[in-house]
Amino acid sequence: MHRLTIAEVAGALRRREFSSEELTRALLARIRELDPELNAVITATEEEAMAQAAEADRRLASGEGGPLTGVPILHKDIFCTRGVRTSCGSRMLDNFIAPYDATVVEKLAAAGAVMLGKTNMDEFAMGSSNETSFYGPVKNPWDTDRVPGGSSGGSAAAVAARLAPAATGTDTGGSIRQPAALTGITGLKPTYGRVSRWGMIAFASSLDQGGPMTRTAEDAAIMLGAMAGFDPRDSTSIDRPVPDYTAALDQPLDGLRIGLPREYFGDGLDNDVAACIEGALEVYKRMGARVSEISLPNTHLAVPAYYVVAPAECSSNLSRYDGVRFGYRCQDPRDLEDLYKRSRGEGFGAEVKRRIMIGTYALSAGYYDAYYLKAQKIRRLIRDDFMRAFEEVDVIMGPTSPTVAFRLGEKTDDPVSMYLSDIYTIAVNLAGLPGMSIPAGFAHGLPVGLQIIGNLFDEARLLNVAHKFQQETDWHQQVPGGFE
Amino acid sequence: MSLDRQDVERIAHLARLAIDEADVPGYARNLSDILALVEQMNAVDTSAVEPLAHPMEASQRLRPDEVTETDQRELFQGIAPAVENGLYLVPKVIE
Repeated sequence: MHRLTIAEVAGALRRREFSSEELTRALLARIRELDPELNAVITATEEEAMAQAAEADRRLASGEGGPLTGVPILHKDIFCTRGVRTSCGSRMLDNFIAPYDATVVEKLAAAGAVMLGKTNMDEFAMGSSNETSFYGPVKNPWDTDRVPGGSSGGSAAAVAARLAPAATGTDTGGSIRQPAALTGITGLKPTYGRVSRWGMIAFASSLDQGGPMTRTAEDAAIMLGAMAGFDPRDSTSIDRPVPDYTAALDQPLDGLRIGLPREYFGDGLDNDVAACIEGALEVYKRMGARVSEISLPNTHLAVPAYYVVAPAECSSNLSRYDGVRFGYRCQDPRDLEDLYKRSRGEGFGAEVKRRIMIGTYALSAGYYDAYYLKAQKIRRLIRDDFMRAFEEVDVIMGPTSPTVAFRLGEKTDDPVSMYLSDIYTIAVNLAGLPGMSIPAGFAHGLPVGLQIIGNLFDEARLLNVAHKFQQETDWHQQVPGGFE
Repeated sequence: MSLDRQDVERIAHLARLAIDEADVPGYARNLSDILALVEQMNAVDTSAVEPLAHPMEASQRLRPDEVTETDQRELFQGIAPAVENGLYLVPKVIE
């Protein structure tokens, strides 16, 4: 049962091959048995899951429900879940029982999905390896000496290890796509504003976007359909109808124009990763796509601009953690300033402190124009590069990550080298575009992700392009050893 | 821009972050490295470029000024570190 996709589970539940309660019980047992090796799950919500499964079985028995009814999923621990600890991977929120559900959680529950628990993540989603979590690093199921990527590393590892058919993730600079690539699963970051950010703990509000992490593009289409939509409670939510993302999955790719940015194939890209991407492009050519080289000339400025914009927004967003209203409070504060300083100093880990300090510095008197304003100007150049490219091509393809999964501890002492592992994903967030990562082969025995970038609100096309590839290949069906 | 010990202490104070004395040199090194990365932006002349705050250049949506939230004080204060009579408690501010 644990190897089935969402679409397969939905069919089996409808045919009464097993019940949602049976499936949920089996997956909870699998999490208990296998997760100690991976550390992908922070909180398993066994009682709530069994209650939701029983309710789903009742709906299914009376002929109600949709494609997610009775399907067990995991939520990244950045999404608020009422009555359940929502830690965001931080000591700061280790004691935080959310008083309400995030819109994404509410929508998936309304669609009948069963929540198995909450997944591990880099602290406040700041990291590319899942090593900054207060709850310890997540291990990559393909090689437990290696990282699963981050920040949605727990979600990625859990889906790859078949602990759940799908999980939610969030992506501020690559946090869905990079871990999806490094664990051999399918991940989609929607257009900025497509999925509500309400109840999704804020890191960098102009970049953060939630999305599905699944094993197939078809499942991502089903899940995105339930997650997306206008939400008046998110001031940047876009009021635009949600298409049926499954409707166009099988459209032929004849004549599809694929652009390859030459800047994504330069120095720093592992040769064996490059070979997998070239192999994937051959598959697309056989399906009738036309591949041409394009240029995104300001690509090299994306990481520098991001490390102003994201920390600046983070320093502002994280000022709410003050030890007064919720979250961690230090022992015996001398005065109010000591309360603030020690609660924050003890509650946040090193990477979060680094980013708060960079953001504070960039926004401090006298430096605003040199850093924040400059970064916003670069952001326009990067956005304009993509807009020009989409006049010539339908989708942009390249590697998701320059390398396969790296070793635990390999980059923890050098933040800048860690930041550069998101070199191909960050620009997409700055431009607000949708992007996907799908499995495209193996290099050095580890999964490689193909990144597919689309124009604004072109998720249906991305899913179609990804689905057709998965009809021609079986990279997405490979299971890590020990997790069959 | 290379940051020294005093810079890190000043920034940490602005951000209201207590930093262990022993960690200050490490932060100074890391933050200086990050700023060196960030300053690669300076190689580009952006004097004629308008800043972009939102990828679709949307502006903040307005809503009618109506009460939409109900009072949930007890629920929200149930997770506070210290409350009394419906008030959040902090160390004494006014002598």
